[in-house]
Amino acid sequence: MKESKKTYWKGLEELAQDESFEKYAKKEFPEYLPVNLQKGGFDEDEGSSRRDFLKLMGFGVAAASLAACEAPVRKAIPYLNKPVDIDPGIPNYYASTYVNSGNYCSIVVKTREGRPIKIEGNTLSPVTKGCVDAQVEASVLSLYDDARLKKPFLSGEPSSWSEIDKDMIDKLRSISSSGDKICLVSNTILSPTTKTVIADFQKKFSNVQHIVYDTYSSDGIKLAHNNLFGKPILPSFDFGKADVIVSFAADFLGTWISPIEFTHQYIQNRKLGDGKKTMSRHYHFEANLSLTGANADHRIKVKPSQEGLVVAQLYNFLAKKAGAPGYNISKVDIGFIEKAGNELWSKRGKSLVVSGSNDPSVQTVVARINDLLGNYGKTIDINTPVNYRQGNDGQFADFIKDLQGGRVGAVIFINANPVYNHPQGSDIASGLEKVKLKVSTSDRMNETAVLCDIVAPDNHFMESWDDSEPKPGYYSLTQPVIRTLFDTRQMQESLLTWSGNSESYFDYLRNSWKNKFYDKDDSELGFQTFWDQVLYDGVYKHVTPQETATGNDENSTDEPLAIIEDLSAQFLEINKNYKADNNGFELVLYQKVGLGDGGVQANNPWLQEMPDPITKSTWDNYATMSLTDAKSLGVVMSAEGDTNYVNITLEGKTIKLPVLIQPGQAARTIGIALGYGRTHAGKVGDKVGVNAYPLASVSKGVIKYTVHEGVDLAIDSEKTKIARTQTHQTIMGRHIIQESTLDAYQKDPSAGRVHPKIATSEGFKAPQKITLWKGHDYNNHHWGLIIDMNSCTGCSACIVACQAENNIPVVGKQEVLNRREMHWIRIDRYYSSNEPDEGLGKIQTLRSLEEPSDNPEVTFQPMMCQHCNNAPCETVCPVAATTHSSEGLNQMTYNRCIGTRYCANNCPYKVRRFNWFKYHDNDQFAEANPSMNSNLGKMVLNPDVTVRSRGVMEKCSLCVQRIQAGKLKAKKENRRLVDGEITTACTNSCPADAMIFGDMNDPNSKISKALKIKAKDKTNVEVGEPRAYHVLEELNVNPNVFYLTKIRNKSSEGEEA
Amino acid sequence: MSVTASVRKPLITGGKTAHDVTEDICRQVEGKPTQLWLTAVAISLGLLAVGTYALLVTLWEGIGKWGLNKTVGWAWDITNFVWWVGIGHAGTLISAILLLFRQKWRMSINRAAEAMTIFAVICAAQFPLVHMGRLWVGFYWALPLPNTFGSLWVNFNSPLLWDVFAISTYFSVSLVFWYIGLIPDFATIRDRAKNKISKAIYGALSFGWDGAAKTWMRYESVALILAGLATPLVLSVHTIVSFDFATSVIPGWHTTIFPPYFVAGAIFSGFAMVQTLLLVTRKVYKLEHYITINHIELMNIIIMVTGSIVGIAYITEFVIAFYSGVTYEEYAFINRMTGPYWWAYWSMMTCNVISPQLFWIKKIRTNLAATFILSIVVNIGMWFERFVIIVTSLHRDFIPSSWAMFTPTFYDIGVYTFTFGLFFTAFFLFAKFFPVINMAEVKSILKSDALKIEKKEEIREKQEI
Repeated sequence: MKESKKTYWKGLEELAQDESFEKYAKKEFPEYLPVNLQKGGFDEDEGSSRRDFLKLMGFGVAAASLAACEAPVRKAIPYLNKPVDIDPGIPNYYASTYVNSGNYCSIVVKTREGRPIKIEGNTLSPVTKGCVDAQVEASVLSLYDDARLKKPFLSGEPSSWSEIDKDMIDKLRSISSSGDKICLVSNTILSPTTKTVIADFQKKFSNVQHIVYDTYSSDGIKLAHNNLFGKPILPSFDFGKADVIVSFAADFLGTWISPIEFTHQYIQNRKLGDGKKTMSRHYHFEANLSLTGANADHRIKVKPSQEGLVVAQLYNFLAKKAGAPGYNISKVDIGFIEKAGNELWSKRGKSLVVSGSNDPSVQTVVARINDLLGNYGKTIDINTPVNYRQGNDGQFADFIKDLQGGRVGAVIFINANPVYNHPQGSDIASGLEKVKLKVSTSDRMNETAVLCDIVAPDNHFMESWDDSEPKPGYYSLTQPVIRTLFDTRQMQESLLTWSGNSESYFDYLRNSWKNKFYDKDDSELGFQTFWDQVLYDGVYKHVTPQETATGNDENSTDEPLAIIEDLSAQFLEINKNYKADNNGFELVLYQKVGLGDGGVQANNPWLQEMPDPITKSTWDNYATMSLTDAKSLGVVMSAEGDTNYVNITLEGKTIKLPVLIQPGQAARTIGIALGYGRTHAGKVGDKVGVNAYPLASVSKGVIKYTVHEGVDLAIDSEKTKIARTQTHQTIMGRHIIQESTLDAYQKDPSAGRVHPKIATSEGFKAPQKITLWKGHDYNNHHWGLIIDMNSCTGCSACIVACQAENNIPVVGKQEVLNRREMHWIRIDRYYSSNEPDEGLGKIQTLRSLEEPSDNPEVTFQPMMCQHCNNAPCETVCPVAATTHSSEGLNQMTYNRCIGTRYCANNCPYKVRRFNWFKYHDNDQFAEANPSMNSNLGKMVLNPDVTVRSRGVMEKCSLCVQRIQAGKLKAKKENRRLVDGEITTACTNSCPADAMIFGDMNDPNSKISKALKIKAKDKTNVEVGEPRAYHVLEELNVNPNVFYLTKIRNKSSEGEEA
Repeated sequence: MSVTASVRKPLITGGKTAHDVTEDICRQVEGKPTQLWLTAVAISLGLLAVGTYALLVTLWEGIGKWGLNKTVGWAWDITNFVWWVGIGHAGTLISAILLLFRQKWRMSINRAAEAMTIFAVICAAQFPLVHMGRLWVGFYWALPLPNTFGSLWVNFNSPLLWDVFAISTYFSVSLVFWYIGLIPDFATIRDRAKNKISKAIYGALSFGWDGAAKTWMRYESVALILAGLATPLVLSVHTIVSFDFATSVIPGWHTTIFPPYFVAGAIFSGFAMVQTLLLVTRKVYKLEHYITINHIELMNIIIMVTGSIVGIAYITEFVIAFYSGVTYEEYAFINRMTGPYWWAYWSMMTCNVISPQLFWIKKIRTNLAATFILSIVVNIGMWFERFVIIVTSLHRDFIPSSWAMFTPTFYDIGVYTFTFGLFFTAFFLFAKFFPVINMAEVKSILKSDALKIEKKEEIREKQEI
């Protein structure tokens, strides 16, 4: 095409090449513009004027302010490729296993949009049977713990895995070749596959020793069984099969060995009902008032220095009956020994004697007692020993000696923190200086890890693959429910890498299972099906061919014979180590139900704020002391928790603790909880309380948690406060707790019940009969809850479960001191007081009722919103923010609440909780309440439950979100709800099955049957169960929560025996 | 104007003429602020500033700044509320009920008493507002306003809602009543005003009052109608305030005696507050001839009578608590007397029951110093009464596990201080810029009494000559 030379003019001006036109012709806007920003000026020459400046500025300001008005952008990004099985708004459940240094629980993890938010028990587990405890419930928050290491550390500096591995392997090689010892230090490891990994590691490097210790040792029992039967095992116990239980300071419902299992067993023989009018009798001998002691029928105070003698005395008593040899022993007169002995003897084979002592001689005598009673093979099973406590105190003592002697070339602490939680922590710390390579796989920079060169942080168990074997043949799997949050690596994988195995631990685990358990065929498909099933169930019971041949081993009757019958050596030891009349102060170191050993979970605010079931204190440890001792020392403790400090000196070590006056504490004994005083746990757990591990000692190869002599006490004039959620300890003669004894119950099932009557002009009437209330129509469901006070052990799992389920804020120590904890469910703990003297005036009577007895009976009463049908809170709210649902729930509308607190004042049960501050996104609570103050912590929140703002009232909703979810599911499937389909968080977490939730409109529901509902109308549910009652029935607020009377199996022969 | 028998003692002494009245009262309004007044206002503003700080911090951070807890949901807030509302009772009682009973002595005190009422109710109203966790929504959600939330409506069962109506009605009626009374006096000041600003302001305030006979007639009838309206309010407001407690289930609150007991207590404290304020005003403004010992004595008698009623109510409560045989009720009252808050209870008993009995002695009830001290003592006692009812009932109710103690924080005290600052600032401004005595009304009692005395005195003088 010929190129055109034609030119078009834009106008005549261009053609004329007008100067004034040319000037602007090349510009974007050829016409005159009054602005010339390029020159940066608005001066007259350029033709810009002040008016233009003002116009522009005005526009700019207006635009900027308009832009600022825009709502902040909140991103909700839909899945581009939706993962299978993840539907926004629908939870997924994965079976897994909680293992924390030998504490075991088979669980189901609830995840929402890929975030684990709640733990429930795995009902398929033959070991834990769907039960959990507070620590297990709280562990979900530990996943989102900001104190967890986010990277591996090399010489105290953040590093990378490749660097660490290189450094590690080089050093291990050189140490191994130099012939120095390599020590792997861990707590109990329940995983058989992890043990193979360790074995591989041992094979790879020569001279590798695996040292196991427990944070609370039970080595004594194993040594005793070794003494007696030649087997160093921890047998399994069955408290459910025992009719008489005698426990010597074994807190088996709280912290001893496997409290979840034991609680479940124990309670089976404590429940009462139509078919069952008997229950076990439980004698408890101890110095501290433990959770188990609080549940005992008879609790006898014994000083730790007498404990061995008391056990020996019981042995002598029974030996006489059994015709076994008796031995000389110093006599202690504490009563109940003969009575307990007689009852044990009459229930041979259906009784159980346990001791929490770690003294092998005492445990040997205890084992022998059980042997004399024929309990082996019945209530004690040595054929199924448990793996929960594999620690070997002797081996560990040798390790410390090796450390100090400089004989250890490398130490790898496998999630263990002995510098903190071993009595000889300081020796370990000093010994570590001589070690060339110090490695920790701890998830945080804990007391031991800070001394290490390499920290290779392990995953949280929810990010890990693992298996566990709590008892021989009983297996369960741990599976990751979320991708690793940080740059961490599973400890097993680290070990594999260091031993030169590049296999992932998942493959390793899977292969190891395939080799071990899958023998049907070699096909991958077949194994995958098996594997999927085990993963789905979470648990697997492996039946060996041998077992199948001999039948179920659980019922095997072959009673093991005591190999050694002569106990004179043990008695000699006992006589030497125990005294009938020790006068000095003695120490008892115990673990708290909430914090346990203070390990990984010390930084868990849910556990820190969980009130101790007995003392109801939070965020602290303290020295428990009897009132007499406190008085003689001059301690003054006010009702609101003001108290003195006490300086406790033992062998030059002094620790300063607040004094807590503890009813039931044996005279001249001091109880101190372990697990506190962390320095490297994280923001929450650091500097809470004082570390008491150094007060424990290692003697004759075992750790001793009691101190019999050499304790000096000096009261400090300085005052302090202990943050307790309950400061009044007694029931004041009120009928809030209704209780009776088994004898009375057997005669009259309604024993202990109080039926209040109101005087009217027509005589006395039941409160329900005189009312202004018109009642409610419950056409569809009518939710109700039963709380069996006979089953509730006070373990407080429900408190933490509720906290996790309902996004309940943690408020911190100061706010607990201000009496503002937010828990929706609390467990009221009451001590009995002495019967007031006759003839006292009213005021004196009340005064005397305020004082708990010296050795009180304890009752636990879980208390939450009672969902009253005639609710006092509903009438007084000016804005109708709390109303009654058509299903019997008392519901809070947070959005509507204006925060007058009138409802809380008018609540007779005082269960309403007010948001005094903004607990979320508030720097003031950032430390105590991380789950609402950091993006990481917020991942744990339950998206189905509103996070309440400040200024609104909140309270138990009976987990209305779970009810709603259940109803919607049934509706979607076009069916009626099935009873038991919906559970509340508290009901579900209860290891004692003390709560029943359900629909009282459904005559076949568990709750209707348990209550034996006779008739129902708008105003009243007529209940046939003689033990069922409403707290404060006289007010006729008509709750939907029923309580069942507490029945104690007390001996009717009176207190003296 | 009505006629009073000449045998009665004169209500206004000193032979004041109508002109004297105008002069005496207007002098304060027209004069320059005195040093004393400026100091007083400065102190009040100081209190207000401290209080405002406490208030703002509370509003910003949350109610947690106060000492309340899970068990004691109300303490100083509602104590102060009831206390101020109680104080606010005297004004209306004096102006309305005494007007209906034709108690002419009220005329020299009703203005100040009504002003006190208005300010006290304003102070009282702060607490129901501030005590809400979410004031920003509570403001209007507590009112039955049409809204866009569908059927969402207030809960007419709630005594707190009744409070909203009771207090706002009382406040409006008291304010209107007070203001109507002020109009003729504003007109007087307007007419005397020399500078333009005063003229304009008082002119606007006096609503174009022209002093015509017809206007006076209307004024009188409006006053009477408002008095009629206000009279039931005197009884209803505190009755309804008492329902906050009486309709609840809490032992110590759930009591049918509360309405009359609260009303008597309110009048008791209201009169005490009037005494406190007037004794000072009288002294500073030299109003001894207007507010005579006779006035003070009469008010002391009312304090004595209502104090005795309150005392009987306390004792009745106790008797009923024991007679009822209800454990919780019995405990609540034993706990008041002997529990950890025994000191509050015994302060209340001493201040409210024992101290007013001193007024049986004529010497004491006509003694200014004694009256002043006792008037303050009574209000301390009445504060403790509300504290005892609210805190000691709540802190130990049904479930012993929840028993707790309440300790006030700086912010509890600060918000109380705020209302003191507010009250005194308002009262001092009133005392300076508004006529503290109802000139128009007082002049009406001069004609019948004071003039005659003057005449008598003139005659006597002549005879002596």
